[in-house]
Amino acid sequence: MSLNMFLQHLANGLSLGGLYALIAIGYTMIYGVLRLINFAHGDVFMMGAYIAFYGVAIFSLPWYASFILSIVLSAILGMIVERVAYRPLRDVPRISALISTIGVSLLLENVGVVVFGGRPKAFPRPPLFNQEWNLGGVRVLSLTFFIIMASLALLIAVFYLVYRTKMGRAMRAVAWDFETAKLMGININQVISFTFAMGSALAAAGAIMWSMKYPQLLPLMGVIPGLKCFIAAVIGGIGSIPGAVLGGFLLGIGEIMVVAFLPELANFKYAFAFLALILILLLKPRGLLGKEMGEKA
Amino acid sequence: MLMKKRDKRVLTAISLLALFLLLWWAEGHLDPYIRRILNLIAINIIWAVTFNLIYGYTGQFSLGHGGFIAIGAYVTALLTLSPAQKEQNFFLLPCAWPLNSVQWPFVPSLIMATLLAGVFGILIGIPSLQLHGDYMALVTLAFNEVIRVINMNLQSITNGSLGLKGIPAYTNLLWSYGCAILTIFIVWKLGNSSYGRAFKAIREDEVAAETIGISAFYHKLMAFTIAAMFAGLGGGLYANLVSTIDPNLFSFLLSYQVVTIVVLGGVGSITGSVLASILYVSLFELLRPIDQPITLGIGVTIPGRPGMRMVIFSVIFLLVILFYRRGLMGTNEFSWEWLLLKVQPIKRMMLWGIRRGKETNDGSKGE
Repeated sequence: MSLNMFLQHLANGLSLGGLYALIAIGYTMIYGVLRLINFAHGDVFMMGAYIAFYGVAIFSLPWYASFILSIVLSAILGMIVERVAYRPLRDVPRISALISTIGVSLLLENVGVVVFGGRPKAFPRPPLFNQEWNLGGVRVLSLTFFIIMASLALLIAVFYLVYRTKMGRAMRAVAWDFETAKLMGININQVISFTFAMGSALAAAGAIMWSMKYPQLLPLMGVIPGLKCFIAAVIGGIGSIPGAVLGGFLLGIGEIMVVAFLPELANFKYAFAFLALILILLLKPRGLLGKEMGEKA
Repeated sequence: MLMKKRDKRVLTAISLLALFLLLWWAEGHLDPYIRRILNLIAINIIWAVTFNLIYGYTGQFSLGHGGFIAIGAYVTALLTLSPAQKEQNFFLLPCAWPLNSVQWPFVPSLIMATLLAGVFGILIGIPSLQLHGDYMALVTLAFNEVIRVINMNLQSITNGSLGLKGIPAYTNLLWSYGCAILTIFIVWKLGNSSYGRAFKAIREDEVAAETIGISAFYHKLMAFTIAAMFAGLGGGLYANLVSTIDPNLFSFLLSYQVVTIVVLGGVGSITGSVLASILYVSLFELLRPIDQPITLGIGVTIPGRPGMRMVIFSVIFLLVILFYRRGLMGTNEFSWEWLLLKVQPIKRMMLWGIRRGKETNDGSKGE
């Protein structure tokens, strides 16, 4: 395998990893503040993709307007889901809340089937992202380049938000100790709503780029990326935002490289992430960058 | 009101006998559609009751039930298909060696399915049960997906995404309800044994259970394996009922379906799981018209939306989780005492009626 080929695979891996990282951050932040695996995150991702699709295809908005609309609506959807389905269950055993996220996931998927139909839809890729560029001998699709850039920009924004703003500090406080944060006068509900809005917005941004990369929309499209990104979050250490980014990139690059070097395993690509999860949980259950976290009773 | 153990046994035996006579009659007289639904109810009972053993009794939330069901289904399907049919099925790649020439009768195949699902239960349980709570849920879900992906890709063994067709339809009402009752009986007995008490102790507090000398891991693995075995048995019955299977039938959505049934019925109640299975499967059929266009009077037609049923189910599921977490039965179980207590007023009314009747009869005699 030549160096150029390798760089090309690396570019693909980076763009996939960036997407994984964006979605994984949503999982890890929600797990951080609520100690809850949000099974519905992948379905918010799906909704984001469909909203962007309908914005372009039905309401013929320009693509950037449709993308922004999708991100905003998904953030609102995330907040509504939290308000309706998770907030009433904050004081009961955690597993009930987990089951509730499964319920929301089922609901969103089935609403997706009813409203959007079960037939796959083709996502229109704006011509800007369709060019082939030659970057020093490495031929990449402009989309790949944009995805890497956009994910990096969003990741920097997330880090700024979480580590440099007041809301970010409140989020970290809630993740650190829910009860004490409450006693210190932090508006818990507002922080949690904000976390969900942010996670869902990132999921929608990821979904838009995902559906430009793999332009096939299905009501169940969110499940597999959702699971994989959760796995990425666990690999990096759940609750840790740098961990989610690391896990996302590792998983994305790993997946592409496995297929590139061992093409006969291509069909088992899906299983790769799950095997990675099983291994990491057995060997290092707190993930690569995770710290010991108290379980919320 | 306390009853003698013997009386209860007699009552149970009589009602089981009545049930089987009814099923025997149903097998010969009801149309295939109704029989299919009744069979599905029994199979869902098996799945839900076994899931209740891991989640309701032992408190381990597993989302891998679909994987064990898949193993059971594929084992019986491959064993009961005749070599000629296998040749028809496997047209992309020929069927692998020992499988292409065997054909087993139904019962050994079912037993094999149960055992193999149990083996996989141990293999998957050992790593998964090291983890707790939502991590455990996630890993078992991952195993479910791994099994699906493997089934999709082992072309020469499972026929990949083409699935298997023409599986002999051996499953009938007697088989499915027989297996369901066997499952209920075993889970019930296990629940009331010292093992069952250990399971419940682990559910309530794993650390406390360990300090009083219960090996949490061993008991969890035991519950998990038994549940996997019977899930496999249900899967085997299912394959020989629907006679066409493919890997995507047994995705995580099937695991979610089992969770839904158990939550609706009440976590930790076998009776609840049984009732919820009946309710779920029959509602699923009864709500079928919702998926079709509905015409309201003159010219107004609500266009049919396939999948509308599932939306209703997910809403019911969410409502139960949010507002009525006990489900249908909570952790209560059916018992004869409870039933007799319920029929007490009816009995009293009947007695009263008989007395009245006697009095009037006596009166008429006197004239």
